Amino acid sequence: MTILIDTLQAMLETLRDVLPIAVILIGFQLLVLRRTIPNFRRLLAGFAYVLVGLTLFLVGLREALFPLGETMAEQLTAIGLSGGATGSWLDYGWVYAFAAAIGFATTVAEPALIAVSLKAQDVSGGAISARGLRIAVAVGVAVGVTLGAVRIVTGTPLPYYIIAGYIVVVLQTLRCNKEIIPLAFDSGGVTTSTVTVPIVTALGLGLASAIPGRSPLLDGFGLIAFASLFPIMSVMGYAVVVERMRRPGRPGAEEEEP
Amino acid sequence: MVAPADNIIRPRDIFARVRAVLRVCTGSFRDLVPIVVVVAFFQIVVLQQPFPNLDRVVIGLVFVVVGLSLFVQGLQIGLFPLGESMAHAFARKGSLIALLAFAFCLGFGTTIAEPALIAVAAKAGEVAGAAGFIGDTEPARSDYALQLRLTVAVSVGAALVLGVFRILKGWPVHYLIIGGYILVIVMTGFAPPEIVGIAYDSGGVTTSTITVPLVAALGVGLATVIRGRTPLLDGFGLIAFASLTPIIFVLAFGMVI
Repeated sequence: MTILIDTLQAMLETLRDVLPIAVILIGFQLLVLRRTIPNFRRLLAGFAYVLVGLTLFLVGLREALFPLGETMAEQLTAIGLSGGATGSWLDYGWVYAFAAAIGFATTVAEPALIAVSLKAQDVSGGAISARGLRIAVAVGVAVGVTLGAVRIVTGTPLPYYIIAGYIVVVLQTLRCNKEIIPLAFDSGGVTTSTVTVPIVTALGLGLASAIPGRSPLLDGFGLIAFASLFPIMSVMGYAVVVERMRRPGRPGAEEEEP
Repeated sequence: MVAPADNIIRPRDIFARVRAVLRVCTGSFRDLVPIVVVVAFFQIVVLQQPFPNLDRVVIGLVFVVVGLSLFVQGLQIGLFPLGESMAHAFARKGSLIALLAFAFCLGFGTTIAEPALIAVAAKAGEVAGAAGFIGDTEPARSDYALQLRLTVAVSVGAALVLGVFRILKGWPVHYLIIGGYILVIVMTGFAPPEIVGIAYDSGGVTTSTITVPLVAALGVGLATVIRGRTPLLDGFGLIAFASLTPIIFVLAFGMVI
């Protein structure tokens, strides 16, 4: 019974996401473009798929993963406190391991990232593989969330990390293949949505409230920022790796594909 | 009766459809394996606790797999073609104002009601109240939260306008983004420290799962239609702008208030 109520609630939330988009699309279609939409019924079916799919996805996450992920984040931070308690940032080894593993795993399942990587594979004619791109982004999120956890434990100021990260990104941007740059920057924005945000936020708030001297309000923020910054680096790094791997063949390998 | 021939469903079609769905389902299942492994490992090996409500977890996972599969199918037949056909329609119409107005509405409209943003804004209201920027009362906090939400929504609208304009002009994305970063770094030095964490996070919460595919398809569609633009180089980047401008706008908001 509760699962039914949860489903309805998730459906309403997804509808609330879709509604403004639908209003804007229909408004512009009727008032500005004044053209019939081709394949209208097919599009409508697609929208229904997205709506039902996201709803089920959200319900499933809430039933299965979020409660578990959140209690795990709390319990792991508690372990860090009880063991040793030397006050060193190294006490939290399992927390960092969890941060890295859950950052990677949730990003691989992130629907918005699946969408962008499919589009990128499509547009690049297969030169960028959807799976490779997603793994590159997930590695970036893993590194980012881990560093974010270290930052909360050590209490070092957030801007230092972010500014250092920006400098690395700028240097990479100047050196790397121009074609990957827009995609790399986009990856930073899409990593943090449905799956990653709730668990990562729980981790940040759990850590900030468990460690003495940290305030959940001031130190709990910032993990998301890390999770959006590091994928930019890892995607540009991925592009370099792909290029190296293709270089042994003759240049212009794209033309060889059927 | 419109085109009756299209409406006849042949057994072969159903079979192909089922096979396609199954294929997508195995893909979705593979996407979820890492989460299951991570959660199981930490629960059993590190925390050494049994799984609570195993039946609920299994049912939940089935929901997630089916949901993700439907979503991916819906992308291919719904959101992607829609974004592209909008791009084509605007290009045919040839009105810059209409296209930019559409971009702004899409950014503003999808952000203002975003649940993640509402949550962050409410938290920010508490932080600001505690830090003494505003009176520490409920109306002052909710006023602050609403102003913050409006700021972020306007910033995403502005981001899509700028991003679409960039595609039309063919400007390289990295100069704009690096310029934005420099602005963020400079502003971080002047903004009150309490707003900085919120500002950085607000860049991440603005792009919802339904908006992203639509915006990506719109960008790629525009870059495909306009002569002299390449989809990979010019089509992507809209989401990047939508994650950067909220940081700048929220930092500015923190400096003004």
